[in-house]
Amino acid sequence: MELRFTDEEVAFRKEVQAFIDAKLPRALREKLAAGHHPTRDDIVFWQRTLNEKGWGVAHWPVEYGGTGWDAVKQYIFLEEMMMAPAPPPLAFGTSMVGPVIYTFGSDAQKKRFLPGIANLDDWWCQGFSEPGAGSDLAGLKTRAEKVGDHWVINGQKTWTTLGQYADWIFVLARTDASVKKQEGISFILVDMKTPGITVKPIQTIDGGHEVNEVFFDDVKVPLENLVGQENKGWDYAKFLLGNERTGIARVGISKQRIRRIKEMAAIEQRAGRPLIEDQRFREKIAEVEVELKALEITQLRVIAGEKKREKGKPDPASSVLKIKGSELQQATTELLMEVIGPHSAPYAPEEPGSNEPPIGPEWAQTIAPTYFNVRKVSIYGGSNEIQKNIIAKAVLGL
Amino acid sequence: MDFDLSEEQQLLKDSVEGFLSDTYGFEERKKIAALPGGWSPEVWGTFAELGILGLPFAEEDGGFGGGAVETMLVFESFGKHLVLEPYLATVVLAGGVLKRAGSAEQKAAHIAAIAGGSSTYALATTERHSRYDLFDVTTTAKKDGGSWVLDGEKAVVVHGGTADHLVVSARTAGARRDKGGIGLFLVPADAAGLSRRSSPTQDGTHAAEVTLSGVRVDAVHVLGDPEGGLPVLEAVADEAIAALCAEAVGAMSELTDVTVDYLQQRKQFGINIGQFQALQHRAAEMFVALEQARSMAMFAAMTAATEDARERRALASAAKVQIGRSAKFIGQQGIQLHGGIGMTMEYKAGHYFKRLTMIDTLFGDADHHISEVADFGRLVAAA
Repeated sequence: MELRFTDEEVAFRKEVQAFIDAKLPRALREKLAAGHHPTRDDIVFWQRTLNEKGWGVAHWPVEYGGTGWDAVKQYIFLEEMMMAPAPPPLAFGTSMVGPVIYTFGSDAQKKRFLPGIANLDDWWCQGFSEPGAGSDLAGLKTRAEKVGDHWVINGQKTWTTLGQYADWIFVLARTDASVKKQEGISFILVDMKTPGITVKPIQTIDGGHEVNEVFFDDVKVPLENLVGQENKGWDYAKFLLGNERTGIARVGISKQRIRRIKEMAAIEQRAGRPLIEDQRFREKIAEVEVELKALEITQLRVIAGEKKREKGKPDPASSVLKIKGSELQQATTELLMEVIGPHSAPYAPEEPGSNEPPIGPEWAQTIAPTYFNVRKVSIYGGSNEIQKNIIAKAVLGL
Repeated sequence: MDFDLSEEQQLLKDSVEGFLSDTYGFEERKKIAALPGGWSPEVWGTFAELGILGLPFAEEDGGFGGGAVETMLVFESFGKHLVLEPYLATVVLAGGVLKRAGSAEQKAAHIAAIAGGSSTYALATTERHSRYDLFDVTTTAKKDGGSWVLDGEKAVVVHGGTADHLVVSARTAGARRDKGGIGLFLVPADAAGLSRRSSPTQDGTHAAEVTLSGVRVDAVHVLGDPEGGLPVLEAVADEAIAALCAEAVGAMSELTDVTVDYLQQRKQFGINIGQFQALQHRAAEMFVALEQARSMAMFAAMTAATEDARERRALASAAKVQIGRSAKFIGQQGIQLHGGIGMTMEYKAGHYFKRLTMIDTLFGDADHHISEVADFGRLVAAA
C-alpha cells in the first residue's frame, strides 16, 4: 500500500498545471473561482484548447482520440481542471453520447460525430428526463415511430441542461409500447435544427437559466440516426449513466471551494475579528475537510480497483462517491453562505455585458445563487435516494 | 499509488484472520472475557507463535520490522473478533515507547519479552484531569541520588491490572501543562509503593487505576531523555490511533454485516424488514460511513511515517475524527435496526457498539481531534 503518487505522476501533474497556467486566461480563471458560470464561448474555447493539445477527450480509447492515460492520470487531470478552476467539459458530449457512439454506434456515426464532440463543433444535450419520468426514467413517454425512411418523434423532454446552445440532442424514445417498459426504448440522435423542436427555458431557484424543456412535435429524423439496435436504448442509457465514474465525487471542486472559504473567511469578520479565527467556524471547515479527505481516498481506492474490474462494470462504491461528493459540494456552499452572512442578500442576476457595479462586496454576488443552485447535485445523475437504493440492492443484497 | 497488499502482508492478514476465525467466535470470546484479567494467556501464546507480538519492532531488536500497514491488518481482524488480549497496551503502547526511546539494553531485555510473549506491559499516562492531553501530567518524578521517586495517580490504564511492567509518564520539571519536563519510566508492577485497582471496562477489556507513592525507579529504567518524553508519547499515540482506526473499521464492518443479515432474516408484517426502504436507506448510510472510515484508516496507516511531527499528528487526528463520527453512526444504527435484540447483552451487536464507543475515548475523541485538524488548518491543502 502506498499513498504517494509516483514521480511520473507528480511530473504529470506539473505538466497539466503548467499547461493550465499557460493557456487558461487569468480573468476567466478568476471569474470561475468567484463562482460565476462559464459562458458558452468559455466552454468552447477551453475544449478546443484542450483538444488542440490532444487532451480534449482524454478518457476515450486512443483510436478515437483518447490519451491512453491510466485511471490515476485521468484523475489527476480532472482534479487539476477542477481546482484551476477551468471551464468544465461539456459532459453530454465527451462523457455521455461520445462513449455511446464509439461503443455502440455505426462507423458512419463515429466518423460524423466523434471529431465534432472532441472539438466541441457540435454542442450536445441530453434528452432523457421527462415531466413524468425522473428517477423512474424507463417510464418515459416520448414516442418515435417509423414512418417511411424516418423516425417521427413526439413528446417532451425536460431538465435539458444547456439545451439552449445545443446543435444536437440524444433522445431516449419509446419505439415499442407493447413490451416491458425497459425493452421498448431506443437511443436516437436528433439535429436540434429539425423542424418541430421547441426549446423553452426553465429558470431555476438561483435565478439562472441552465435547464430547459424541449418539445418534439412530429420531428422527422433519418432512420440511420438510431444508435445500435432498435429497442436496446435502455442498455445504452445504463452504460452511459454508469460510465462517468472518475470525477463523479467532484473532489477537486470541493477542494477549490474550501480554499475560497478560507480566503473569504480571512476577510469577513465576526465579533470584530476575522471569521477564520473563530474556533467554532474553523472546526466546521475542519469537519468538511476530514470528510473530503476521506472521500478523496475512497475515490482513489475506486480508481485503483478499476484495473481489476470487468470493463464497463461500475464499482458499486461509485454510489458512495456520488452521495458523499454531492453532500460535500453542498456543505461547502453552505459554509460560503455562512462566511458572507447578510451580504448574501442582494440579488443581481448575471446580465451579459452589464457594467453595473456590484452591490456589496464583489465576491458576495455568486454565493447565495451557488448555494441554491448546488442543491441540484443530490438530485441529478440518479438522486441520492436512488443511490441508496443501489447500495442497498447491489452492495448489501437487501 | 496503490492499495494492494504485498504477498507478505496478505499472508499476515490470512494467518491472523484464520486463527481468529477458527478460535475466537463470539461464544469463545465470552469465555475469555470471564477469565481472571479478562484475556487468554493461551491466545497470547499463539500470538507469539504467529509472530505478531514482535510485528512492529525492528529486526535487530528481535522484531519483524513491520510498519503501520501490517499493524492495520492485525487490528482490523482484532476489531472484527473483538479481541480482548493486551496487544495494544503491550505491543503498540509500551512497546512503542520502548522501541522509540529505549536504550540498547532496555530494548534487548524488554522487546524480546514482548515478542516472545513472556511479559505484558501497559502505558500509564492518563490522569483524572488530563483528558486527552498527554502533556497534562501531575504525577511527579524527583531525582534522588541514582534513582527517581514517583508520586501520583494514573487513571484508566488499559490492561494495567495484569501488566508485568508499566511505562509511566511523570513530571520531572516544569508546571502541570508544560510540554517539556515529562519523563517516561519503566516500572515493574510489583514495585514497592505501586498499587493497582483493576476493573472491567464497558467493552469487556480491563483497566486499572494506578497509585504511585514513593515508588523508587533506578535511573537505568528511565526511557530516553527524562525531560523529553512528550514527543515520544505523541508518536506512540499516533501509532495507536492508526491501530485503533483499523480496529474500529473491523468492528464497524462486522456490525454492518451482522445488521444487514438481520434485516434479511427478521420478518414483520409478513416480509423481511430489509424490504422496507427506510431501513434499506439507513443500511446504505451505514455502508457509506463505513467506506469513509475505511479510507481514513488506510490513510492513517499510510501516513503514519510522515516525517514532520505536526503534520503527522494532524493527519492522525483527521483519521480519528472520521472514525469517531462513522463509529457513532454505525454503532447507534446497528442497535436501532436490530430493535430489541440489539439491546441484549447476549447478542453480539451491542458489544461492537460498546467497543466502538470506547475506542472514541482512547487517545482523543472526535471533538478533541477536530480542533487539532482546525488548528493545523491545511488538511485540504491550498493549491
